Parts: sequence; C-alpha cells; structure tokens
Amino acid sequence: MTNNVAIELKNISKSFGGNMANKNVNLIVNRGEILSILGENGSGKTTLMNMIAGIYFPDEGEIFINGQEVSIRSPKDAFKYGIGMIHQHFKLIDVFSATENIILGLKEKGRYNLKAASMRVKEISDKYGFDIDPMKKIHEMSVSEKQTVEIIKVLYRGADILILDEPTAVLTPQETQKLFAVIRKMKEDGKSIIIITHKLHEVLSLSDKVAVLRKGEYVGTVETANTNEAELTEMMVGKKISLNIERSEPQSCEDRLVVKGLNCINREGKKVLNDISFVARSGEILGIAGIAGSGQRELLEAIAGLQHINDGEILYNNPKTNTCDNLRDKTPLQIRDLGVRLSFVPEDRLGMGLVANMDIVENMMLRSYHKGKSLFLERKAPKDLALHIIEDLEVVTPNENTPVRRLSGGNIQKILVGREIASAPTVLMAAYPVRGLDIGASYTIYNLLNSQKKKGVAVIFVGEDLDVLIELCDRILVIGSGSITGIVDARNTTKEEIGLLMTKTVSNDEKEGE
Amino acid sequence: MSLFGLHIVKREPMSWYKNMFVRAVAIIASLILSAVVITLLTNKNPLQIYASMFDGVFGSDLRIWSMAQNVAILLCISLAVTPAFKMRFWNCGAEGQVLIGGLANVSVMMFLGDKLTYPVLIIVMILASVAAGIIWAVIPAIFKAIWNTNETLFTLMMNYVAIQLVAFFLKYFVKNGSGVLTPMEEYGLPVIGHSYVLNIITVAVLTVLVYIYLKRTKQGYEISVVGESENTAKYIGINVKKVIIRTLVVSGAICGIAGLLLVGGTNHTISTTTVDGRGFTAIMVSWLAKFNPVFMIFTSFLIVFLQNGANQVSTDFRLPSAISDIITGIILFFIIGCEFFLQYKIVASKSGKENN
Amino acid sequence: MLAFLISAIRLGMTFLFGSTGETITEKSGHLNLGIPGVMCVGASCGCYAEYLYLSEARMNASPILAILIPILATLAGGALMGLIFSFLTVTLRTNQNVTGLALTTFGVGVSDYMITKTGPIYSKGSRYFTTPLPFADDLGVIGDIFFSHGILIYLAIIIALLTSFVLNRTRIGLNLRSVGEDPATADAAGINVSLYRYSATCIGSAIAGLSGLSFIMDYLNGNWEYCIDAIGWLCIALVIFTVWKPNLAIIGSILFGALYIVSSYITGISFATKELFEMLPYIVTIIVLVFTSARDSKNSQPPKSLGLPYFREER
Repeated sequence: MTNNVAIELKNISKSFGGNMANKNVNLIVNRGEILSILGENGSGKTTLMNMIAGIYFPDEGEIFINGQEVSIRSPKDAFKYGIGMIHQHFKLIDVFSATENIILGLKEKGRYNLKAASMRVKEISDKYGFDIDPMKKIHEMSVSEKQTVEIIKVLYRGADILILDEPTAVLTPQETQKLFAVIRKMKEDGKSIIIITHKLHEVLSLSDKVAVLRKGEYVGTVETANTNEAELTEMMVGKKISLNIERSEPQSCEDRLVVKGLNCINREGKKVLNDISFVARSGEILGIAGIAGSGQRELLEAIAGLQHINDGEILYNNPKTNTCDNLRDKTPLQIRDLGVRLSFVPEDRLGMGLVANMDIVENMMLRSYHKGKSLFLERKAPKDLALHIIEDLEVVTPNENTPVRRLSGGNIQKILVGREIASAPTVLMAAYPVRGLDIGASYTIYNLLNSQKKKGVAVIFVGEDLDVLIELCDRILVIGSGSITGIVDARNTTKEEIGLLMTKTVSNDEKEGE
Repeated sequence: MSLFGLHIVKREPMSWYKNMFVRAVAIIASLILSAVVITLLTNKNPLQIYASMFDGVFGSDLRIWSMAQNVAILLCISLAVTPAFKMRFWNCGAEGQVLIGGLANVSVMMFLGDKLTYPVLIIVMILASVAAGIIWAVIPAIFKAIWNTNETLFTLMMNYVAIQLVAFFLKYFVKNGSGVLTPMEEYGLPVIGHSYVLNIITVAVLTVLVYIYLKRTKQGYEISVVGESENTAKYIGINVKKVIIRTLVVSGAICGIAGLLLVGGTNHTISTTTVDGRGFTAIMVSWLAKFNPVFMIFTSFLIVFLQNGANQVSTDFRLPSAISDIITGIILFFIIGCEFFLQYKIVASKSGKENN
Repeated sequence: MLAFLISAIRLGMTFLFGSTGETITEKSGHLNLGIPGVMCVGASCGCYAEYLYLSEARMNASPILAILIPILATLAGGALMGLIFSFLTVTLRTNQNVTGLALTTFGVGVSDYMITKTGPIYSKGSRYFTTPLPFADDLGVIGDIFFSHGILIYLAIIIALLTSFVLNRTRIGLNLRSVGEDPATADAAGINVSLYRYSATCIGSAIAGLSGLSFIMDYLNGNWEYCIDAIGWLCIALVIFTVWKPNLAIIGSILFGALYIVSSYITGISFATKELFEMLPYIVTIIVLVFTSARDSKNSQPPKSLGLPYFREER
C-alpha cells in the first residue's frame, strides 16, 4: 500500500511576515488518484501548492515523493521530481505556437526539431484526448486551448504529479466537462492530480478525496464517496464567529440604484455578467458575496462607467431632482456631470484608485481637480481634506506630502476610502475594502461604511469574509459565475446558506426576490 | 538579480544632499576620465585642460553670451519634450519639430518679408513656426491615440522627413544653387540690447510657464495621471486620447517657438543642421532633471558647459572639435549610470529563498 | 539601369548589416537608439585599423589581411558599444531611449574625430573591399548584378540569412525571441534573460558596426567626409519596414538602397526634387508602422517588450 503513495506532506507550515498562511498541513496523494483541495479565498490553498511546485519553501514540515524525503527549492527541482503546476495565470508567449511554448527553455539533447516536438505534442494530446493543433499560435487560441497548452507543457516534461490551480474558473461548463474527461484519463494512466477549486459539485463529481483548508489551517481529508455538500460546506466555512460589528436598522430606504437585466461580455468573448438585476437602496448596506472572479469587479465597473455593457439598464434615482437617469454607456465624466454622486473604492488600490507615486494631497485631487472653471489646480481644499483624513482616520504617515506607495496597506486604504467618502456620495461601492488589512484598520473601514449608511448612502460592499458580510450588511447578493444565485436577508441567513449559493451553478433563469 | 552573491534592493529615498553628492561624484569621475582621454591624446597636464574648459565657457563676454544663448535654446527644446515625457510619450522628434518650425519661419521671411509691415510679419512668423511645430508633433500623437502606434519610431522618422524638406527648400528656392541661404537679418525678431537677450528672456518666461503648466494647472495634473497610470486616468474619467493629443500640441508648439528663436532670433537662415542634434540632447536634459523645468536649467547648463568647454579644449590643443561630443558622451554615460545608485543599493545576498 | 541596380544592391547591403544587427538587438527587447553611434564607432575602429595596417605594411599589404583586420576591429568596436549599452540598461537599469541617444552622441563624436584624423588613406583600403569576385566578368549582366561586388556585400547576405535561420530554426533563437516578447515567462522557463539581452545586444551591435565600414568602403569608396549617423536611423527604419524579419530585410534593404539613390538615376529632375526623393524611405517606414499598428496583426508587431526593462524582483 505504501509504495502506491506518490506524494505526502507532513506537518507543513509556512508564514509570511506574521501571517500564518499554512499550519500543520498533512496530505497524501496516491498514484492514479484525484485530490481536491477545497477552501475559501485566502485559506492558503495556493500557498500550499506553491510549496510543492518549488515557488515557496516551507518553514516547517517534510515532503515525501515516492517515499523519499525531498527538498524542493525551485521549480526546476519540482520538475526533477515529476511535479508540474498549472497556474491560474498562463505563462505563454502570444506570438509563439503551442509547440514552441511547450518546448521553451527545455535543454533537450540533439538538434532542435520543431516537427519532432510537434509530433510528441500530438502524441500526448491523442493519448489523453486533448484537442489541440500544435502549430496554432497562442493568440489565436481560446482560454481553454491555452490551458490545454499549459497542461501539455507539464506532461511533455514528464510530470507524474499535476497540480491545477482553479482550472475551471475560466472555462465554460462544456469546456469544464472536456477538461474533466482529460483529467480522468490521466488518472487512469497512473498520474496523481491535485486540483484546487471551490466549486462543490466539481469536487464531488471528479475527485477521490477532498482536503479542506480554512484560514491556513488543515481541517481534514474526507473520501468523496462518503461526504456531501452540506458537510463540505461546513468544513470549509467553519462555525460562525461573532465579530461584534454594530449594525443599525436601515432608515428611510428608497430605491437608489436599479440594475435591470445587465449582460457583459469581456474582451475574450466570455460572458462575465449574465442577466444581473437588483436594487440598491439608500440607508442600507448591500453585500455582494461570491467566489473571487465571479463577476464582482465587472459589475461594479459597469455601474461606474468603466465596463462596456452589452445589454441591460442601470437606473439612478436622483434624490435632489427626483429624476431617473440611465447610466448605461455613460463615461465616468458623463455620470458625474449628471449630478450622480457615485463613489467607488476599487479592488486595485494602487493601480486604479490611487496613483502610487503621487503624494496624499495629489491623490485627493483625483476626484476634485476638475471642479471649477479655473485653469489652475486648487490645492488648498485637497490639502485640507488630506489633513482631515490623516487626523480623522489616524493615517500613519510622515506628512501629507508623502507618496502613497510608501504607506502601509491599511493606511493606503484609509486614504482611498476617506477620499471617496469625502465627496458626500449617494452611492458608495467598495470592492474588498479590508483585503490585506489588520483587524484595527478593518474595523475603521466597517465603521466608515456604517456611518455612510446612517447618512442615507446606498452602500454596496463586495466582501470575501462571510462572517463580516453577515454581520455588516443588511442584504446579501450572492453571485456565481456572473449570475445572481440568490439575494438573502443578512439577519436571517447562515454561512452555510451563502456558501451553498456561492458554489451553486445557475442552470435555469431562477431569480430570487425577497 | 544576483551576481557574485550580491543582491540588488531598492533603497528608501535619500535626502537631497546625498542625492546631490552621488551626482557630483559621477560628474567628477567622468571629468577625470575625460581628462585622462584628452591627456592621452595630447600629453598635456589635465589641470590645463580644465582651465581651458573653464576659459571656453566664461573666458570672455562673447563666450558667456554664447553659453547663455546655447543654454537657452537647449533648455527651450527640453521644455518642449517634457510634457510628452511626463505622459510617458517618448517624443524623439523634437529635432524635426524644431526644424520644421524654423522652416516655416524662414518661408515667411522669404515670401512675405517684403510684403508685410514689420509687426505683422513678426506675428505671422510666430504663428507659422508654432503651427508647423504643432503639426509635426500631433501627427504621431493622433496615431498613438487611435492605434497605439509606436511613437518613438514614428517621431524619429519624422525628423528625417523634416530634414529632407529643408534640404529640398534650400535647393529649390536658393537661386544661386549653392544650397546656402543668405541670412535675412532685416526680417529677424526685434533685438533688445544684445542680440541674444530676446531669446534668453523668452526661454526664461517659458521655463516659468512650463513649470506652472505642469505643476499648477489641471491639464498638467492630467498629464501626470495619464503618465503614472492609465487605469487611474480612466477611473476618474480622464479622456486619455484627448490628453495625448493635447499634450503633443503643447510640446510641438514649444518646439515651434524654439525654431522661431533659432531662425528668426539668431541665425536668420536655415540649414539641415540648424538644430544640430539638440532635439536628442534635450531628451537627456529633460530626463536627467526628472522632468522638472527648474532642474533643467542646471542640466542644460551642464551639457552646454561641457560642449563649449570641450570646444575650447580642442581649439587650444589643436584637437578636432569632435572631441567635445566624445567627452559629452562619456559624461552622459556616467550621469545616466549613477541614477542606479540613487535608487538601489547592493547588499550581500541572504541565503535561502525569500517569498516574492 | 544596370548601374542603378548594382548601386542599389551595393548600398542596400550596407543597410542590411545595420538592420540585421538592430533586429537581433530588438528581438531581445532592447530598443538601441544608439545604433547610429554604434556604426560610427564600428566604422572608426575598422578604418583606423586599416590605416594602421596599411601604413605599417606599405606595399607589402596582403589583400586578405587588409580586409580581415578592419572587419575584426569593426566587430570589436561595435561589440564594445553594445556592451556599454547593455551594462547601463541591464545592470544599471537605465532608460533605454536615453542611454541609446547618449551612445549616439558619443559615437558621432568618435567618428567625427576619426574623419579629421586620418582622411585619404581609406580610399586605398577601399580598393581591397570593392574587388569583385574573380569570375564576375565572365558572366555578363548576371555577373555584373550578382557577382561584381566586394566581399562585405556577400557577408551581409550571409549574416542576414544566418540570423534568420538562428531566430526561427534554433533553440537559441526561440529563447531569444521569448526574452523579447515576455521576459517574465522566459525567466520562468529557466532562460537567463540578462545573458540573452547582453549577448544579443553585443552581437547585434558588432554586426551593425559593419554597416558603417561597408558604407565607407563600398559606397563612399573610402572618401569619408561626412558623418554617417543618418544611415543608422535608416537602418532602424529598415527594421520596422521589414517587420523584424532579416530575410525580408534582404529585399527591403535593396529597395531602401534604390529609394536612396533613385533620384540620381532619374533624368530631368532637379537637385531639389532629389532631396524629396530621399524622404521616401522614411515615409514608407511611417506608413508601414501605422499600417501594422492599425491592422494589429500579431505576426508583424514589434517584440512585445521592446524598450521595456525587466527586473525580476519587480514582478
């Protein structure tokens, strides 16, 4: 029995700075077996796999390959032990053909022969049932074809242990089925496959065993045959933790933002938003829960005028004029000129919300510089605002003329949120506003959102921590693969309910009202 | 990157005097190397060489005026390319933009000089030069905005189109066939005191204006945002295409003014070498000054000092005048290279793998 | 007409060195705007070596050495310039545009110095370079077109074909192209990005240096009187014009050569109009540049990371 074990992890731990990313993880994968690693965002799945692939080195614990203890210090070492990882972000060169990408960097003996390499690629793809043209250029390929190239790249190098990091996140259901068929073939061939995912039905239909991680800790491994969705969800989300975030009753709610039948198709031609309809009300926090990359960013950007909309309407009820404006196909500038006071805290703080090399005052100006007819910049007001935010939100900075890139993550976020709130918005959208922040800074942000709610602002909060969503929000909209899978009352819901909605795939146009 | 067990890490910003110190070391090191080169060629005492350089720049009233004039023109072109660079638009076409401005100027002098009254002529000259500079700069900008056409290569090519246009002009309109246009002093810009004063004043005013434009106006702010992060620019609703085109209009207009000053204010004629590579030198002036117009006064002075000084060295020691370009080149390598030590420090590598 | 074709080929091949050299450099992601300077320095080294050799050997000069010595000196001079560029941009992480322009300033200075230094002796050296292949006379018109040129002309074609082969048909070429397209991916695949960038730039610059030597020896017949930086920019234009393909550049360079001299062969146009004709290569290049960017065809784009620095820890 023991000689059937392909890879074994014993008591693996890893921390970054003070953060424990993985703690005492134990795993066993046999030959010809598929193991799913299940966990929420930030539960440490990818870190763990990166340690097997040689990108990180564990602080503690041992790794055994075929019964031998090994030390994997680089991706090269990993290859040596027959481990290949397929990352979420493809590392492929656009203008190269599939074969060229597959053999890139290999030091094979003998003459360089693209034809022979293509034959081998064809062989491998025939063996496992891939459908790929070895001479096709990457830029002419669909996402699933690119993924295929990544998988063949690993197989070409002779990998016996394959790690796939959320491979289905970018695929359509049909493509997913095809991929699973291939994975099953590889299993029959005696390969060991580790697949990272948070889609429960995939776990159940594909894998032999499921290992669950929660906040870096190893919860346990169960045989897929002996478990069900409810048990896995509970293992994944854990027991409810009380956070004591204050929550007031919504006051004088009005429909502020009405989204109707929103559809968006991204540049790769994939449908990222599918028939989204909801209402955001004044004086209320609407939470948005979902697996990362399910369309949250696109939804907020569509509302902010940054994402092209293929179909649908975004209606804004202006409380001042009592008029109703359609924001669809309007640029951020036009939205502003309509008198819509929309604030947006984007997920990408330094790449979008702020300019890293500019100081705090100049970053304040981003929202206000255009005001007035003068040709010149008004510096007094933004400086006052900067000082005000630094004092009110206790931003730790040498002074207001410090470039924001030199501040810590929490302070950067305070500056961004502070600025967005300062324009007295009627709608405030915040994407993952507490990501990477410590407890103290997180609570500052929660309090800010709450005080905005009390002022009658319609707050839209995209979050990842279900405990926070349940305690902070009034209603929670759950989004899965670009569709709304449910809208629940935050006061009467459970983590399990949301967890199930998050991993549910919408089969028909089912819409839940309240 | 690690080499010989050494590791390069980004350093915290240093105080301004340390910054200055590193730059000074670089300049001194390069001066020493230049002196070594010249000493090897001439077997002269290096100190004599420095004395000669200094003499070449400050030795007489004429030399000081000439230095000031050269600084003014170089600074003017540097001011022109700066808004574009701040936006990360690599305008390598100042050479052509200035030249075409000068060509427009010369054309006005030649064809309208005897037809218009002097004040009207001056106004037409200014308008023509500026318009020509704008056209030459905005063509690549439009293609950049629409199709993201590589602006570095486009503007480079535009230089040579401008040079050939000037060559054509000289051959076609200079009737004696010599290809040399006699200066038309009578149609030049008005002279205030010394013949270079107007140029110097104009550039001084421009320096202040460009400084204010970049640091204090809304348009200048938009340029910075687009240059730093196009994503942020879109997020706050800046029309990036419009900013690109508008900025190159500004850039081209100042190039046109530089052409006006060179032709209308100084040479009163034109040749294919009127700009004399300053369109490229200006790129380095601007970059070394970190796109700050005030610092550019110093960097353009530094380069003119080197060139004029080295010219004097070549005269004094009977060396070819080309020696000044060689020395300038060497010193530029040092100054460009020293930026590295302002931003990074080299430390011994730690063993083991750090997370990245 | 025949004379026109022969001159066009001869001039074109001098451009071919420069464009092949710059193509190799650009394939590694380096936009070396110092190419005009590199050519100047390469030519200066070559010419000076020839000067030294011919003044030393006097009447006993061996034709082979009289060709070989300048070529080697040119290669060394060009490679040294490439080394300066790589050291500054890769190791000291300076801006490629600014570094390239400084390199050009320096190179132009060096060559201007050399022109004034040792003038007329080069025309003596030029004779060795322009000696046609022995059997050219026997082949009539064909011989005149294809075999009447000096050794450098053939060297240019060989280098261009070889470069094309290496880029497209060898592992080194594959690796090099990946570095210019996406250095982070190349790095992840275990390719030493810095090494490739250094080598490509030095080799490319060495080859580009031959462009200067060839221009002086073959086209100017050794009468080196003016700075040759203009042909450097023309070579950069040629790289764009031939969409980064050295084999295409063989045809392209002949076309550029033809455009460059066509005005001298058209009867009935003035000197002035000739200057307008000399604009053609640049205008054609601009049109190609605009056309490729507008069409957005992936196969004729510049290397994706052209001009961009790559430092691993800033990933």
